[in-house]
Order: sequence, then C-alpha cells, then structure tokens
Amino acid sequence: MTNLLDIQNLTIRFKGKRTVHAINDVSLSMKQGETLALLGESGSGKSVTLKALLGLLPPKRTDIAGSIHVNGTDVLSLSGKALQRYRGGEVSMVFQEPALALDPVYTVGHQIAETVMRHKGLSKEDALSTALDMLDRVRIPSANRRLNNYPHELSGGMRQRVMIALALACRPKLLLADEPTTALDATVQIQILLLLRELQKEFGMGVIFVTHDIGVAVEISERVAVMYAGQIVEEGTTREIIRDGRHPYTRGLLAANLHDVARGERLNAIAGSPPALEAKPDACSFAPRCPRALSACREALPPMITPSERRRVGCLRADETLAAE
Amino acid sequence: MALSETLPAEPEPIAIPQGYWSGVGARLVRDPLTVICASVILALILGAIFAPWLGLADPYKGSMIARLKPLGTEGHILGTDEQGRDMLARLIYGGRLTLFIGLMPVVLAFFIGSTLGILAGYVGGITNTIIMRTVDVFFAFPSVLLAIAISGALGAGIVNSLVSLTIVFIPPLTRVAEAVTSGVRSLDYIDAARATGASALTVIRVHVIGNVLSPIFVYATSLTSVCMILAAGLSFLGIGVRPPEPEWGLMLNTLRSAIYVNPWLSALPGVMIFVTSLCLNLLSDGLRSAMNVRD
Repeated sequence: MTNLLDIQNLTIRFKGKRTVHAINDVSLSMKQGETLALLGESGSGKSVTLKALLGLLPPKRTDIAGSIHVNGTDVLSLSGKALQRYRGGEVSMVFQEPALALDPVYTVGHQIAETVMRHKGLSKEDALSTALDMLDRVRIPSANRRLNNYPHELSGGMRQRVMIALALACRPKLLLADEPTTALDATVQIQILLLLRELQKEFGMGVIFVTHDIGVAVEISERVAVMYAGQIVEEGTTREIIRDGRHPYTRGLLAANLHDVARGERLNAIAGSPPALEAKPDACSFAPRCPRALSACREALPPMITPSERRRVGCLRADETLAAE
Repeated sequence: MALSETLPAEPEPIAIPQGYWSGVGARLVRDPLTVICASVILALILGAIFAPWLGLADPYKGSMIARLKPLGTEGHILGTDEQGRDMLARLIYGGRLTLFIGLMPVVLAFFIGSTLGILAGYVGGITNTIIMRTVDVFFAFPSVLLAIAISGALGAGIVNSLVSLTIVFIPPLTRVAEAVTSGVRSLDYIDAARATGASALTVIRVHVIGNVLSPIFVYATSLTSVCMILAAGLSFLGIGVRPPEPEWGLMLNTLRSAIYVNPWLSALPGVMIFVTSLCLNLLSDGLRSAMNVRD
C-alpha cells in the first residue's frame, strides 16, 4: 500500500526584499489513517508545510524544491482543475481561527453545501442534506436549525465544529488541522480533540495536527514530528517522544510546562529565540540555544540519527543523551 | 444525544436558507424616513416612466398668450414657463431625462468600477498598480471640472453627458471596491475556500463579491444625488441636454430670467432637484444602516 503522504527533501524559500528560508530539507512520510502531530514554536514552518501541501503558497514569491506525494499524486505538479479537485477532495484543512475562516455573509449550511456541490455535482437539496448529515456527525445539537445560521450566530466551539464539518464534507483522505484548538477555551478544546479523534477513526483518514502544545499532541496523535527553524529535528511515536525525547529542543519543550511547578519557582524555558532564517542553515540551527552544544555543532549540519525504524533525531549527541540516562 | 435517540426522527424539511436581502428589507421597513424617501423616488420614477399615459399637457407645445402663468392657474396647476408650456407636464417629463442622466452614469460606473476595483484588489501586484495609479490621475481633477471638461470636449448631448459623468464616477467606485477587496482577500475564509477546492473565479464570484458588494453598493447610492446635481449642472451650463427637451437643470436655466416676474415658478425645477437629491441621500443612508449587518 502506498504511503498516504510522502514529502521528500522539501525546501521552501520566500523571495522578497529579504529571502526567508522557511522550510529546509524536510522529509516526512505518513501511513494511511495515521495521526501525526507537527510540533514546534511559532515560525518553525508548521503552517507553511501545510499550505505547501495544499498548494496555497503564492507561486510568484515562493521557491519550492523537493517533492510532495499524497496517495501517489505529485501535488506540486498539480494545477488548474486537478488542483481544485485535489483541494477539499483528497486533502482538506481546518483553520486556526474559525471566526475568520467562515464567510460571514453565507449561512453555514450554504457554505458546506457549496463545497459538496462543487466536488460531487449534487443538487442544492442533496447538498443541503449532506450538510445536515455532516453537522450531525460533528455533534452539533439541532443541526437542522443550525444549518440556517450565520457564522456570527454560533459560539467558537460550534464554529470550529462547522469548520470540521466543512473540511470533512467531501471525505478527504488527509485532514490538515492548523492549530484548530488554539482559539478555543480549554473545555471546548478537549471536546474538539475528542471529536477529531472519533471522526478520524470513523472516516479512516490521516490527520496532520499542527500544534505548539505538547499536551494537545499527546492527546490526539500516534506520531510526533518536532519542527525547529524549518527542519524536522526529531520524529517518532508519541510515546517515544514523550518518554525518550533525544533532541535537546524536544527535551526543552517537554520541560517547559506549567505542571508540578511550585509557586515562586522559576519556570523552565528554552533560553534565546529562534534564528531569523535569512540564510540557509549550514550548522545545527539549535546550537546557539543548546545547553549541550559542542563546537562541532556550529560547524556542520548535524547528522540524522535513526535509533529505530521510523524514528530519527537530528542531533550530533543523540546517542549520548541515551547513554546519559 | 440520548434524548434524540429515543425520539422518532423528525421529518423536518430542510429549509432553503433565508436570504440576506429579506433581512435587509425587514430592517428598511422599520425606518419610516427611508420608506418615505423611497416612495418619493419611486413616485418620481413611475411618473417619469408613465408620463405619456398620465393625461398631461404636451410638454413641447407652448402658447404665446399663456406665458409665465403663476402657480394655480386653471388648466395649469403649476403655471406655465417662459414659452407658455405647462410646468407640471414639463416637470414630470423632465424627470425622465434628469433621472436617467442622474442614475445611469452611477449604474454604469458601479459595474465598471467594481470590476476594476475587485480585479485590482484580488489580483494585486502589477495589475493593482496599473489600475489604481490610472485611477489616481482622475482624482487629480475636481469632479465638477472633470465632468465639464469632458462634456465640453465631447460637445453637448445626452450620450456625451452620460459618458462624461460615467468617467467621473468610475475612479471613486474603483477605489472603494479595491479597498474593501484587498481587505477581504487576506482573510482566512478566502484561503479556506481555496483549500476546499474553489477556483479563483468561484472565490471571487461567491466569497469576494458577496462580501464587498454591499459597501460598494451603498457608496454608489450615495453618489446618485451628486450625479443628478452634476447632470443638472451640465444642462444648466448648456453642455448637457439641449432645448427644447424638458430637463430640470435646463429648465432652471431658462426660467432664471423670469425670477423677478414669477419667482415661485422659476424655483420649481430647483425644488425638484433639491427634493430628489435629498431623498436619494436619505435613502442611501437608510440602505447603509439596513445593510450593515455585522457592525
């Protein structure tokens, strides 16, 4: 069976007054029906990766090298009608801010129906009943009434449910979720996460879940890829990452939580800030902030160490970290 | 969930979403001033359309003996003009031309300006620069002078006035359309629509136009009164409609000399222009508040 997703050596640069090396040599693969969390701080290239997957980056200002295959389709070569069929049909996206991602002048039923009509060529009535069915599936109470509501008449959690219904209406094989719970409060967050997990099982689709919250990643995903400065620095199963994070950045992220911290005690944080990405990295990007950096780290790109199958760490001292324990 | 499972599935019909416009209509009806203004405009338009069937006197046929009769004269309720033509008939027939030249340029400019503005705002880049800088050139001239200059260059006549007024109103509408479009373009729901596979044309047709049309439309309605005054002004200056056509601006000019003889009479075309442009303004205000759903 072909992999659901295969990204090979993806490199993205934004041209402009100053060039930004947003994604540097990222490779990633996903099996069918897998849930992957893409973890990283702001500006680490998570959202750019998702947008590249949908071909949403402005073509004039971006240089894309490498390849992206979804179910064997070369995404970067798609254009015109084929690209439109692919977007929403094969791969769909849930946005971070549901209040902004729904068109305020159309009812939610209309918006879902519009997508269904476009992809499946159904009549308006059939599309609306599909929309109703989708609203039911995302557990919106009295869906029939909600169908005729405008986005501003719904609460934040409800809007995100609508957004999910919209994204899943055409049964995509891969769902991209760009921090779908960031704009929601904690109780609604967990509901949406549980919903996504259920729907993922129900529809058997793959999910890429972008987040900067390790707790969220643990809740939803089977595998985690940690991104830093446009690179994947560590990848493995969620369990491996949590129990046995090898990369100092991963360890920093794991340490930087608010649980079990006494009042008045200093919080654990990673010192410094991410690099500016104006030049192509020729050494470990994390070295300037790394407490364990060696001089070799600043001289050459770190090797990708693969301790086991489908597990990798981009750190010179990854094996040592293991030995130290 | 448990509750709904125990109940039999209700065979509720799926209602087709209630339109945006019915909501606007409902808000308009609750605003008496706007309703009054709308009825005045409607009456003027209906009068203009059905003028030949209203049993009015011939607006072109004068009488040397019945010149400048005051208001209330028998047979001529609103008196007669300097050539003895019935004022009521001329005012109602005059509405045809005045309203036509007053509204048509805005309608034309609305379509042309919105198209240019949405194109400039959505495509951006060099297209935006070309369209918007060209538009800026027109902004360098005051609108009245520009209209007079173009009309003067093209010569008097209805079509030429239409052309010159349309050219005058394209730039402001383009600018408004561009501003709202570039605001909407960067919003997430445009990306979201593209992410679900909408083509650029669908995105513009559904999501851009749906969101930018009401601000542009409201702005256009506020231009109608200006346009009507400008059109009347062109006729008044003799570079618009030519006599003997009844047109309010032109009538105001020809009756000007009679202001000492019969001031009420010569004020009538001015009153019509005033009332119409006031009503158009108030109507556009009412529309603005009725259509601003989200603020």
